Amino acid sequence: MTDTITIPSRPRAFRPATTEPTVVKWALIALCLAVLTVLLFAPLIAVFDEALRRGWAFALVSLSEPDAQSAIWLTLTVAAIVVPLNAAFGIAAAWAITKFDWRGKAWVITMIDLPFSVSPVVAGLLFVLMFGANSALGAWLVASGFPIVFAVPGIVLATLFITFPFVARELIPVMLEQGRAEEEAALTLGASGWRTFLTVTLPNIRWALLYGVLLCNARAMGEFGAVAVVSGKIRGQTTTMPLMIEMFYNEYLSVAAFTMAGVLALLAFVTLALKSALEWRYADQLAATHRH
Amino acid sequence: METPVNIEIEDIAKEFGTTAALHPVSLTIPSGTLVALLGPSGSGKTTLLRILGGLEFPSAGRVLFDGSDATGLTVQERRAGFVFQSYALFRHMTVFDNIAYGLRARPSKTRPPAAEIARRVNKLLDLIKLPDIGARYPSQLSGGQRQRVALARALAIEPRMLLLDEPFGALDAKVRKELRQGLRDIHDTTGLTTVFVTHDQDEAMELADLVVVMSMGRIEQVGKPEDIRSRPRTPFVREFITA
Repeated sequence: MTDTITIPSRPRAFRPATTEPTVVKWALIALCLAVLTVLLFAPLIAVFDEALRRGWAFALVSLSEPDAQSAIWLTLTVAAIVVPLNAAFGIAAAWAITKFDWRGKAWVITMIDLPFSVSPVVAGLLFVLMFGANSALGAWLVASGFPIVFAVPGIVLATLFITFPFVARELIPVMLEQGRAEEEAALTLGASGWRTFLTVTLPNIRWALLYGVLLCNARAMGEFGAVAVVSGKIRGQTTTMPLMIEMFYNEYLSVAAFTMAGVLALLAFVTLALKSALEWRYADQLAATHRH
Repeated sequence: METPVNIEIEDIAKEFGTTAALHPVSLTIPSGTLVALLGPSGSGKTTLLRILGGLEFPSAGRVLFDGSDATGLTVQERRAGFVFQSYALFRHMTVFDNIAYGLRARPSKTRPPAAEIARRVNKLLDLIKLPDIGARYPSQLSGGQRQRVALARALAIEPRMLLLDEPFGALDAKVRKELRQGLRDIHDTTGLTTVFVTHDQDEAMELADLVVVMSMGRIEQVGKPEDIRSRPRTPFVREFITA
C-alpha cells in the first residue's frame, strides 16, 4: 500500500467561519422543510381539500347558512372591538413600564404574561365565576338586562384577557432598547407630551406595534377555550367561528366544518400577506430605523 | 439678538432614592460664557446639566435665569438647546425634518411658515458646514456629522442657552479634535451661554472659558483653565487634571 498525500481540492481557509459543511447545510434545510411540510403545508392542503371535496358550490352554501353567517360576523365584531382596545392597553402598559421607574414594575411585567401561562379554560371559568348568574354581580347584571356570561360581552372580555399580552410583549423590548433620549430631545425642542408620543414614540414603535396587532388579531379570531366556556354556545347568537367549526364537526357536517376552517385559515393568510407587503413596501425605512 | 442668559444655581441638591447625586451646589454662569462641567463619572455633572435643562428637577435649591426663578419652569418653557450624549436624533426622520422639528412643534401663532422654516434649516446646515445632507437619515451619517446635526437641531429653536452632555464622547480621537474647534466657533458665532459636560480634562481646558471641576456630587473648584492648572485648590483637582 502506498502512502498518498491528499490535497484538498478547496483549501479549508476559503470557507467563512460561520459556514457549515455542505452536507450539514442541506441536512438542516431538508429537516426544516420536512417539518414545515408535515406540520403545516399538508394539514392546510387537507383542510382546503376536505372543504372543496364536493365542489365550490357546496362549500359556499354551507357558509351562507344563517348560523354560519352569524358566526363569521360575531368573530369579526369581537376582533374589531378587542384589537383596538388591546393595542391601546398594550401601548399604555409598555409606555408605563419602559419610560417610568416605579415600585411594583417587576410585578406588573409578570402579570402581563399571566394570560399566556393560564389555561384559557381556566380564564373562561374565572369570568363565569365573576359575572355568572351565581355571583351577586352576575345576578344584578342579568336583572338589569346586561348579561355578560353566555352573551357577547363575555366573549369580548374573555378574548380581551387572552390577547392582552401580544401588543405589550412586542413593544416592551423595542421601547427598552430605544430608551428615553429621543422623547427627551423632543421635549427640549418644545414639543408637548402628546405631540412627542405621536411624532417620535409612535413612529419608532410602529413595526413592533403592527406585529403585535397582527398576532393579537389572529388569536382574537382563533381563540377557542376561554370563549367556549363563557359563550354558552348559543347558535346564531354567541357562537364564534372556532366554536361553529367544532359544532359542525361534531354533527358530522365535515364540508361545513372544513369550509369554515378554511375561511379562518384564509384570514390568517391575509394577515401574513399584509405584514409581508408592508415590510416590502417600507423596507428602506425598516433598515433606517434598525441600523442606528 | 437678546443678550445671552446669565445662569445662577443656588444650593441645588438632588437625591435619587436614598443616594445623593448632588450635595447642595452653587454656581454662577456669566452671560455668554462657554463653561465645562468636568469630572469623572458619578460626579453629578450630567445631573446638574439635566437640572438646568428641566429634564430633572432638584430636591432642593433654585435655578435663576437672568435673576428670575426658573426652578419650576417645564422643560419646554426652559428653551434650552440640549445636545444628548448619543445625540438622540429622530431616527425615522431626515436630517431636515430633525432640524425643523422644534420650529414645527411651536403653537400655530408663533410657528414660522414652511418657507421660513426651510430657510432657517438650510442656514443651520450651512452653519454646521454640512449643506447637502438634508435628505439623509441619521443612520446614513458618520458620528461627527450626527453630532453637528444634533447641534443644529438644538440651535433651531433659538434657545436661550446651549447645554451639551458629553458632546464628543461617542467620537474617535481625530474627529474629537476637529469638532472641538467647531463647537467653539458655533459658540462664538451665536454668543449663547453654553454649558457642556465632559470627563476629558484636555477638552475642558482647551475649549472652555470657565471650568467647573466636580467630584462625588460636589463642586471642587471653579476657575479659568489656566488658574485651575496652575493653582489646583484641592488634592482631587490636582490629581484629576494631571491624570
